[in-house]
Amino acid sequence: MLKFIGRRAIFAALTILIVSAVVFGIFSLLPFDPAALTCGQRCTDQIVEANRVRLGFDKPIYEQYWLFLSGIFLGRTYGSGSSAFSCPAPSFGYSFNENACVTNMLTEALPITISLAIGALLLWLTVGIGLGIVAAKFKNRWPDTSSSVFVLLATSLPTFVTGLALLIWVTIKWKIVPLSLSGYVSIFDNPFGFFQYFILPWITLAIAYAAIYTRFTRAALLETLGEDYIRTARAKGVGERVVFFKHTLRAVLAPLITLAGLDFAGLIGGAIITETIFNLPGLGRLTLRSVYEFDLSVVLATTILAAVVVIVMNLIVDMLYAVLDPRVRIT
Amino acid sequence: MSELLRIEDLHVSFKTDDGAVRAVDGVSLTLNAGETVAIVGESGSGKTVTSLSVMGLHKKGSAQISGSISLNDGGTFKNVVSLNDDEIRDIRGRAVAMIFQDPMSSLHPYYKIGNQLAEAYLVHNPGKKKEAMARAIEMLDLVGIPEPAKRAVEFPHQFSGGMRQRVMIAMALMNSPQILIADEPTTALDVTVQAQILALLSKLKKEFNMGILLITHDLGVVAQVADRVNVMYAGRIVEEGAVDDLFYSPLAPYTLGLLKSVPRVTSKNERLKAIPGQPPSLINLPVGCPFAPRCEYKQHSPEAGCNTTKPALIGTSPTHRSRCHIPESLRHDLFAKELKELQS
Repeated sequence: MLKFIGRRAIFAALTILIVSAVVFGIFSLLPFDPAALTCGQRCTDQIVEANRVRLGFDKPIYEQYWLFLSGIFLGRTYGSGSSAFSCPAPSFGYSFNENACVTNMLTEALPITISLAIGALLLWLTVGIGLGIVAAKFKNRWPDTSSSVFVLLATSLPTFVTGLALLIWVTIKWKIVPLSLSGYVSIFDNPFGFFQYFILPWITLAIAYAAIYTRFTRAALLETLGEDYIRTARAKGVGERVVFFKHTLRAVLAPLITLAGLDFAGLIGGAIITETIFNLPGLGRLTLRSVYEFDLSVVLATTILAAVVVIVMNLIVDMLYAVLDPRVRIT
Repeated sequence: MSELLRIEDLHVSFKTDDGAVRAVDGVSLTLNAGETVAIVGESGSGKTVTSLSVMGLHKKGSAQISGSISLNDGGTFKNVVSLNDDEIRDIRGRAVAMIFQDPMSSLHPYYKIGNQLAEAYLVHNPGKKKEAMARAIEMLDLVGIPEPAKRAVEFPHQFSGGMRQRVMIAMALMNSPQILIADEPTTALDVTVQAQILALLSKLKKEFNMGILLITHDLGVVAQVADRVNVMYAGRIVEEGAVDDLFYSPLAPYTLGLLKSVPRVTSKNERLKAIPGQPPSLINLPVGCPFAPRCEYKQHSPEAGCNTTKPALIGTSPTHRSRCHIPESLRHDLFAKELKELQS
């Protein structure tokens, strides 16, 4: 098992390296002068050239990539003398638009996106798997039919509709959840404020995903119920409840975990709509703003971060799968 | 010999959108302790449906079952057809156990072999975990699995097909049932492994004094292990008798057709003598003999009965009966020549 983890970790590191090189290469091919983008309204050629040297854009592309990589581990100092400034390791570059090290921007945005993703994940797993179980247990009866109505509605409504609807009715009209003006608070400092801040974004994301999980759980359960080993369990005299909640549900768990891990990874970089509607300063919104403003160093960093999360989640899912399914267990 | 199972006039039909499928249409048979009774027939003849009825494994809503299945549960007879869910579950795996066709998919891939076996015991003896595990290892040993204590903590995918079928047999024996239903137990296995499994079943039958209801389409298997045989066609028994009667003097044209269609090493360069045509649809059975459209002896029937009435299960010997409109003596003469050819 340790050998397996080690081997997979090496492959993951290699993949991340390749992804970062490809992303870096794509950005260097863009028809923009990165140095010109760092310059404000009163721009002169001297400032542009000075910034070019300071940020290393005058160097060849492979050297720039090397500086970027070494910055992650060693930190990076831009310029020299009195005008020099530095970003400590791990440094993902410097944003001129915000006059801040990219790493600091990421560490501010990351807790918000992770809180959003974990809360939504827990919510949609509970609702999705729960509804899926009910639908499978009462196949073709009213609980099943009503769950398919929910699935149909939830999959056809885009998040910007459900999100805005929640915001308008729950917060503005009915005033159940107040508009939080204080911004993000950590769960450790103020749990109540934390829940108030995130509850609507969680629900918005969870509705869309719960529908998919309901459908998936129902289909997987019904398929498993037709398996030969379920008939064997019944032939042993095992009761229907144990057949369903032990033998059948157990077999559905492994594929569900896989799906959940990958969806979670997708949310870390991609909850752009929800973060925008609810004004959450998370990674998705950071990416969106950076794209609008051609803040290339931030776009580069968030893209690589999103790739890293996907790769790491894949690794975790594979290891969980090995734990859950003895057939893929590694010796 | 004590009687373990008596099926009387069993009818099983399934509702479908196209109409009711009459999978089993008036089957009667008995099984005694220490004997193996085979049910033979091609796919869709109703043999598996019959066996699943004995286990009460048909879904309540979809299957309509009538007739009676009297099952000896430690001296008292219980009618499986009229028992409720809990009463049937109490019998399953304890008084009557079943092994299935495909050992590769019949074991749960996520649970250890020992636990799957122990569960069969625990269901009927709640709380006795230690005894269950000890019994599991004892049964694995009995069915010929080497190092049973070590193998008990392994998963199904670590066993070969033959070994898995042994595990299935061990699981069936966990509660020392009186009746064992074996539904095509060797169909998915290599020929060499088949012989081992059949020998094992015969050995265990003696040891446990069980009655085995063997479902198969393989006449070779029947010849090897069965004492009595029921040949099924279109949901009905078309011939029943001792295994020798059936092989040496078959009375139903369908049985003879089955015997003729077995490939032989001696008949080189000859085409296989398959029975022409297809089995009838079980939704719209013909009014006459269901086998009539495929029967090559139809013209010998004295009247046109083949197409108008279903023949009854009758015979001059009470232990060897068959369904056919042609008089038995005439069938003897007609079949004799062909049998000689077969046995040469």
